[in-house]
Amino acid sequence: MNDIIYQKTKGLTNQAMSYCPGCTHGIIHKLVAEVLEEMNLLNHTVGIASVGCSVMSYYYFDCDMIQASHGRACAVATGVKRTHPNNIVFTYQGDGDLASIGIAETIHAANRGENITVIFINNGIYGMTGGQMAPTTLLGKKTTTSPYGRNIEDHGMPIKIAEMFATIPKVAYLERLSVGTPQKVKKAKKSIEKAIRYQQEGKGFTMLEFLSTCPVNWGLTPIEAIKYAEKEMTEYYPLGVFKDVDQDA
Amino acid sequence: MKKILLKGNEAIALAALKGGVDAFFGYPITPQNEVPEYLSKYMKDAGKVFLQAESEVAAINMVYGASASGKRVLTSSSSPGIALKQEGITYLAGAELPCVIINVMRAGPGLGGIQPSQADYYQITRGGGNGDYHVLAYAPENLQETVNIIKASFDKADYYRNPVMIAVDGLIGQMMESVDLDSDIELKMIEKPWAASGKNGGNKRIITSLYLDPYELERHNLHLQEKYTEMKNNEQQVELINIDNAEFVIVAYGTMARICRSAILMLKEEGIHVGIIRPISIWPFPTKAFTTIDARLKGYLVCEMSHGQMIDDINLSVNGRKPVEFFGRAGGVIPEPIEVVDAIKKMKESLI
Repeated sequence: MNDIIYQKTKGLTNQAMSYCPGCTHGIIHKLVAEVLEEMNLLNHTVGIASVGCSVMSYYYFDCDMIQASHGRACAVATGVKRTHPNNIVFTYQGDGDLASIGIAETIHAANRGENITVIFINNGIYGMTGGQMAPTTLLGKKTTTSPYGRNIEDHGMPIKIAEMFATIPKVAYLERLSVGTPQKVKKAKKSIEKAIRYQQEGKGFTMLEFLSTCPVNWGLTPIEAIKYAEKEMTEYYPLGVFKDVDQDA
Repeated sequence: MKKILLKGNEAIALAALKGGVDAFFGYPITPQNEVPEYLSKYMKDAGKVFLQAESEVAAINMVYGASASGKRVLTSSSSPGIALKQEGITYLAGAELPCVIINVMRAGPGLGGIQPSQADYYQITRGGGNGDYHVLAYAPENLQETVNIIKASFDKADYYRNPVMIAVDGLIGQMMESVDLDSDIELKMIEKPWAASGKNGGNKRIITSLYLDPYELERHNLHLQEKYTEMKNNEQQVELINIDNAEFVIVAYGTMARICRSAILMLKEEGIHVGIIRPISIWPFPTKAFTTIDARLKGYLVCEMSHGQMIDDINLSVNGRKPVEFFGRAGGVIPEPIEVVDAIKKMKESLI
């Protein structure tokens, strides 16, 4: 009767999270933390927090954490990993941080094959600053800086990070995931395990792109937001493995 | 005590190795390229990390990561590249991370030129990054002094948990002089229990410069200010040259100070006694030196390879007690000693 059947992972602290209801940051945090705990890596991991809604993720993950400036998480991770090759190093970045201001640092870290794991959260909007257009915002989507909707003429097409990074030879593992259903959550956890295992094995740069939600800035309820991510976002950003050195070999 | 003939930028690289550097991250820019070139050849074999970054911005953030995890880290650049690093430098200062930054200064503004200049005094001492922060900054005048300062700078950076910048101009980076690399400096490798390199069974460490609560951030700022006060009290370095019996005193640093050394010899032959206050630390500025100067002094001539930046600190230090005038050339022009001689004579005439 009193058996514990579920409890919070030791990979997360007791700090109350700052995320909005219906946002999937919490689920993805939990998955990353569970994997680090289950792989017995919490004592050997250094996480890099970025700038955006997840700016205070350093409070939530119960491992050593370094706060990076906006966009530079992969450069900071490079500095840590190159000098501490035996540590597990991961970055946790949103689409403004990674796909916009930090695209150069991310591409070059991937191109050098830095042996780090990038957790990339793509919700197609700048959440923390109040819902501005991101490079990943879908066409037609109204944001506070695209009040008439994103259009190709002014803004170009939404940038496809996973497809772009799949062309880089030293990327070891790259997958786009969703946490919109329980099945996808379970699958996502397996992919995080794989990425971290590849890092342990020294296989090189691993990145997981998560389609995520922003109900507040999308102007949707949490359930509507999940549906939007599962339909509209997934249509443009197809899920799947884009690179896997073990499969490709 | 064996002296060897070295180019400035190579001496800088060797001094960093002697200072116990673990890792270098940088991006090419003239006139400092021999620093990374030299290190790229020797660091890997020595079991250290050398990495050419994709930009100065990335380089300083790699420095941030390596420093945050406890290593002794170096980066090197020149004026426009330092401008790009400023964001990273304020984050390093805010997160209290040590590192050593070499700045082989060239002329600006903008892309400017590649000839020697001192037009980045404001950039170095006032900071181009945001917020109330300072870097400990030195401006040596020759290669032996450069080597000694760099070797000691890693300890200083670790002690204060703050970036240290060594600013030389392109002339010092490119010239050759004989140097004793084994000059007597004992390194103190202090423990870094704050470093984020895995908990290893201990408490979790967080490296950040973010404090959303204003009262907490003010407390953090006050803590930083305490460190800056300690630096102001203990780190002022200056050389006083021929100050006794001086009628005028020149204030100059780096290459400009060397030119002024020649100028005061020429002036002495004409019976004009001129001394030099040569700041070695430019932040903290050696203000104390100005309070000990002879009351008979007629005035100060500030000489810079710029249109006048350090002069602000001389005016603050002299505080109106004596006339302060300025001579400078900029754009990469290196002044001749005779120009300094003429400036002193002109000042002497104007004060009669």
